[in-house]
Amino acid sequence: MDRDEVPYLPRGVRIHRDRVRDAWVLLAPERAITLDPVGHAILSELDGTRSFGQIVTALAEKYDASAEQIAQDSAGFLRALRDRRFLEVQP
Amino acid sequence: MTAPTVRPPIAMLAELTHRCPLSCPYCSNPVELARVDSELSTETWTDVFRQAADLGVLQLHLSGGEPASRRDLETLVAAAREAGLYTNLITSGIGLTERRLGALDAAGLDHVQLSLQGTDSAMADEIGGYRGGFDRKMQVVKWIGAVGFPLTLNAVLHRRNLHQLPRAIEMAVEMGARRIEVATVQFHGWALRNRDALMPTEAQAREADRIVAEARARLKGTLVIDYVPADYHSDYPKRCMGGWGTTGLNVTPDGKVLPCHAAESIPHLRFDTVAERPLADIWYRGAAFEAYRGTDWMQEPCRSCERKTVDFGGCRCQAMALVGDAAATDPVCVKSPHHGALQARAAGHASAEDAALTYREAPLRSVEPAE
Repeated sequence: MDRDEVPYLPRGVRIHRDRVRDAWVLLAPERAITLDPVGHAILSELDGTRSFGQIVTALAEKYDASAEQIAQDSAGFLRALRDRRFLEVQP
Repeated sequence: MTAPTVRPPIAMLAELTHRCPLSCPYCSNPVELARVDSELSTETWTDVFRQAADLGVLQLHLSGGEPASRRDLETLVAAAREAGLYTNLITSGIGLTERRLGALDAAGLDHVQLSLQGTDSAMADEIGGYRGGFDRKMQVVKWIGAVGFPLTLNAVLHRRNLHQLPRAIEMAVEMGARRIEVATVQFHGWALRNRDALMPTEAQAREADRIVAEARARLKGTLVIDYVPADYHSDYPKRCMGGWGTTGLNVTPDGKVLPCHAAESIPHLRFDTVAERPLADIWYRGAAFEAYRGTDWMQEPCRSCERKTVDFGGCRCQAMALVGDAAATDPVCVKSPHHGALQARAAGHASAEDAALTYREAPLRSVEPAE
């Protein structure tokens, strides 16, 4: 994902607290995906207005990590979500 | 040891009713349909949804029959959302109006899965047995788009309409669907009676494989294609239900709890009902769920097979229907001693020209009203 793209979760895709399995999951058409802490942190920040770069910077400050590391760790995860149309970017 | 730890289910299929305006000859409902006056009440379904969420179900598929035939569909969707479930409406579109779709939006419906019987009215109305159905469905698609519901198109394919697959994929893109299920008919229930009319040829099955592979590459990031191939023409069986009693459960209109929607075709199984037993107890300890869970029940060649936890021996209902033993290897598998005979039968069904369609019937009431 490019740093100036603005990602968002489209209608029908939402973050859900799975109280039975004690985990965060992403619910989407016909799918439930268990979120790891990095995935949950990123998806929770999506607001449809801030760019991916801004979100990564914010997370880097919050978790005292490098922005490059966060962007790199999440690249494959976000690409897979986009390919399944569980994540969109603002046109 | 059978399944040392049974995990909670992820998905529940709620068959709200067996009533349906269509009468598709491949309907997945059982040949013995639930009677109209035996359907669970709004209150009972609401309680079942709460129990399902407590048990760990995340995805609720509201199906039928045609779920829009239930006047309380909007109330049921609201109850399911209230329970914390992701709600998916599986519908033909018939029975939905602009007003009802607005009410479903307000109730919190997450996703719509719309069936497609054909890509034009001549095909779709003949297969659905309902004149005007296709035109109505195209109107409903516009209303679904206006609300903004995420949409999956579910194209059901067989020998008569497989040539329409490329157009079905185009239609999904035109409708703005994010996803299409390309579902070759599975031969259970009513479809089993229609094998001569519906069995695809081997050549059609391979052509569908090619079309799907090409479209997946071309439409990556635009349209997700989930594909159920023609399994009589496959070498390995489907991983049915993700493994019996591991992932999902099905509740019938009258409250029977099944490990899969066709499980009633296995005559020795006995099913618990939501009226008699809590859902969690049925999932973890019900006899029908324990029957084929794990691998203990397997015979050879499954027992020593390296794929036994890949496909769990395939479909129990298909083994029952075709070999007469629900614990046998699904004869779709190349390792089954019945595989060759099945392929010969498939070729025979596929070359039965001019076979008439046997349409699904309508469910009855306990006492039919006098003429």
